[in-house]
Amino acid sequence: MSTLDPVAGVTAQKRGRLTRFVTGPLPRYVLRRLSQAILVMLLVVIGSFILVKSAPGDLVDVIGGNSDMTAETMELLRQQYGLDQPSYIQLFHYMIKLATFDLGYSPLNAAPVLDVILGRLPVTAILVVVSVTISMSIGTVLGVISARNVGKPVDLGLSILMLMFYATPSFVIAIAFILFFSVFWNLLPIAGFATVGTRATGLMYAWDVAKHLVMPVGALCTFYIAIYGRIGRAAMLEVLKLDYVRTARAKGISERRVIYVHALRNAMLPLVTMAGLQVSSLVGGAVLIETIFGLPGMGRTAFDAVSERDANLLLGVLFISSLSVVVVNFIIDMIYMVLDPRVELA
Amino acid sequence: MKNTKHFLHRRTFLAGLAAGVALPSVLGISGGKAFAQAATPVAGGTVTTVGWPGPTYLNAAITTAGPESFLSPKFFDGLCGYDFGMIPKPALAVSWETSEDGLKTTFKLRDGVKWHDGQPFTAKDVAFTFMQVIKVHHGRGRSLFADLQTVETPDDLTAVFVFGRPAPAMMKALDGRESPILPAHIYEGTNILENPANTKPIGTGAYKLTSYERGANVVMEKNPEYWDTGKPYLDQLIIQYVQDPATRSAMFESGQCDIVYLNFLPPLDILRLAKEPGFEMDQRGYETSASSQQMDFNLEREHFKDKRVRQAIAHALDLNWINENIWHGFGKPGASPLHHEQKEFYTTEGVPSYPFDFKKAEALLDEAGYPRGANGVRFEMMIDPTPYGDESLTVGEYMREQLRQIGITAKLRSEDYAVFIKRCWTERDFDVCIYTAAMGADPTIGVQRFYWSKNIKKGVAFSNGSTYSNPEVDALLEASQVELDPVKRKEQFVKFQQLVMADLPTLPICETTRATIAHKKVKDYTVDALGGALGNMANCWVEA
Repeated sequence: MSTLDPVAGVTAQKRGRLTRFVTGPLPRYVLRRLSQAILVMLLVVIGSFILVKSAPGDLVDVIGGNSDMTAETMELLRQQYGLDQPSYIQLFHYMIKLATFDLGYSPLNAAPVLDVILGRLPVTAILVVVSVTISMSIGTVLGVISARNVGKPVDLGLSILMLMFYATPSFVIAIAFILFFSVFWNLLPIAGFATVGTRATGLMYAWDVAKHLVMPVGALCTFYIAIYGRIGRAAMLEVLKLDYVRTARAKGISERRVIYVHALRNAMLPLVTMAGLQVSSLVGGAVLIETIFGLPGMGRTAFDAVSERDANLLLGVLFISSLSVVVVNFIIDMIYMVLDPRVELA
Repeated sequence: MKNTKHFLHRRTFLAGLAAGVALPSVLGISGGKAFAQAATPVAGGTVTTVGWPGPTYLNAAITTAGPESFLSPKFFDGLCGYDFGMIPKPALAVSWETSEDGLKTTFKLRDGVKWHDGQPFTAKDVAFTFMQVIKVHHGRGRSLFADLQTVETPDDLTAVFVFGRPAPAMMKALDGRESPILPAHIYEGTNILENPANTKPIGTGAYKLTSYERGANVVMEKNPEYWDTGKPYLDQLIIQYVQDPATRSAMFESGQCDIVYLNFLPPLDILRLAKEPGFEMDQRGYETSASSQQMDFNLEREHFKDKRVRQAIAHALDLNWINENIWHGFGKPGASPLHHEQKEFYTTEGVPSYPFDFKKAEALLDEAGYPRGANGVRFEMMIDPTPYGDESLTVGEYMREQLRQIGITAKLRSEDYAVFIKRCWTERDFDVCIYTAAMGADPTIGVQRFYWSKNIKKGVAFSNGSTYSNPEVDALLEASQVELDPVKRKEQFVKFQQLVMADLPTLPICETTRATIAHKKVKDYTVDALGGALGNMANCWVEA
């Protein structure tokens, strides 16, 4: 659907602007992506349903084990949650409800799945947005500095630093942070999203949340700073060799402008790709960091749901995560187009 | 208070040495010792504690799970509280009387008590709670109050429990954790398990709910109209749910949390911090939550049908070593199916024991017809440790090595909680399984379930998993359920302990003990048998 064919182009001109937009490449692209997304999410939901159902033991086994239940009560619970029915019927019921955006009930949380997820989504969202922004900007800047000083001591120093960031697991960094910033110096709160029990609002609340997020975000960022740094350096070196950069320099444009406006724009493309991957992996994959810092985010919710065999909750989390991954990928594609007009919707 | 505590520590330390154990065990602590208060309580302040996992509900009338057990007594009162030694003391009931035949217990209720929503508390609430909630939905209450026929309410402040058969164990199950009294006006005529009040509790308790963030924290505030005038002293009580024990330790050490109950810190951290000047450790206040680590032999498996094989395995394990190195001294080597906190009935006199002795173990196995084969191996078996906590897995690893030395090749299987439960109690596809379970305030409540042949129940976790069936034991257990004479009841349990330890369908490994660790500024967090974890924390205060 790259370019409009001439005939369609002519007819489109005759119609109004709106119609032209509607029949244009973007809406068709969106539609196509949407249908792909639905397919992806269906596969995710069905796949994980089969996986969680094929593990031995069910939700009622877990609840019963925790709270001295009789066989009769457990049977009643199984009926109530529909666990006494064959798996494919359970899946069928689940899909029907999902079609009406009803994610079901999570017995272990004594709440609708949607409520549980909505309570946890903000934690994950802030964690992801802040980590991606910080790691991408720091990583890019370090990459550019490295590339400009290629082969010099600065480059070497930064490379060593990034190698260390790259090689140190995030949970080790997290524990080191806690040890220094909280146990030794008592500067930062360790667990949770905000101070519990205070009723701070507005800026005070934001400051409080910021203090709580310094360590988890820091621990999540280091690895990605190294990645962005390495990719940024390589991409920058590549771009700086290109003819248009030489032309820009020949025109007498300042070096700063050549680097940050002409070269960086092209060098950003692989970094944006990386950002997409980072978001996708952080949405459901920050389990370790969430565990260490006692943050009730999506990753830990999914993890607990698996061990508690809470299929509704697990599927709900996966559904919402895959939805957000699809949306993020869409946004990334849009950013590609802005960065490089040669990239077309396909 | 300080002095008394130091004294207690020293005493337990000596007791520990005498038993060949390097670390304090709980024996010798508690007992109805009067506690001189060194300072006058100051009202105000906040206390923060940590735990894991988060709760499903905020009351324990409909579940016996751990998180609810901690929260419920803060929001709800029971009819009674318990002084050290499990001596009942007034709470919502001011006095009680049991008829001679044990079939009627009359509770006089406290006047002027109000629910958090301002409604008056009456006998109707008591009748409703026991008949409609505890008897129907409570895991242990269902069997404990099975013979409760009705609760009569002749007036608003009198509740008469009428039983078909006496239920002597009942008097130990009336606190705000085991039998919290729920408001009839909120629950009556609703689906009790799905009532929204389960997560927005309206109780009579010392604390009211301020906020609850699912899986993250519960914030409680002082109930200014609490019947125990002047209490609670704290303005605010917070529990944060943090999964990683190391994070909990860091929070506690850096002062971001004031007190930690129920061994929620790693044992080595508790022991390290207890030695530092700013902190203190207290092992009292867990009398209703005694739990033991034990191992069920699957008696349906050929090898374990012979009790000599079971006894041989017992001889191969050094329970002292396990207690010292795996439980880090937070326990006593298992010696009885009961827990030593069940003081009224616990005994080791005349109870067969299995001291660590490889030679004896090998002799028993030879005798049982399992000689070492050509490769030195007698037979192979599988060990299934519960994944709940590390201790069972570590005991499994230790056991594998010990069994190797007496010619049994053991393999260890690790699986997640749901798989473990399904395998052991539904599919019964195991040789031996190791787990830690609650023994209850009374043996009828917590111990009977593992040995009573009527409790061989497929699909029910922590039932009689070994499928042990001994008519003599059954008769003793059934007699003790209704025996009113404490002396006779003790005799029944003594005989029970002797029989069961001879047959050894289940090997008691460690009678575990708990510890509370607190910053010294937190005072009076343990004042009775229920402690702060399972009590109402109404007496707790913080030094300004």
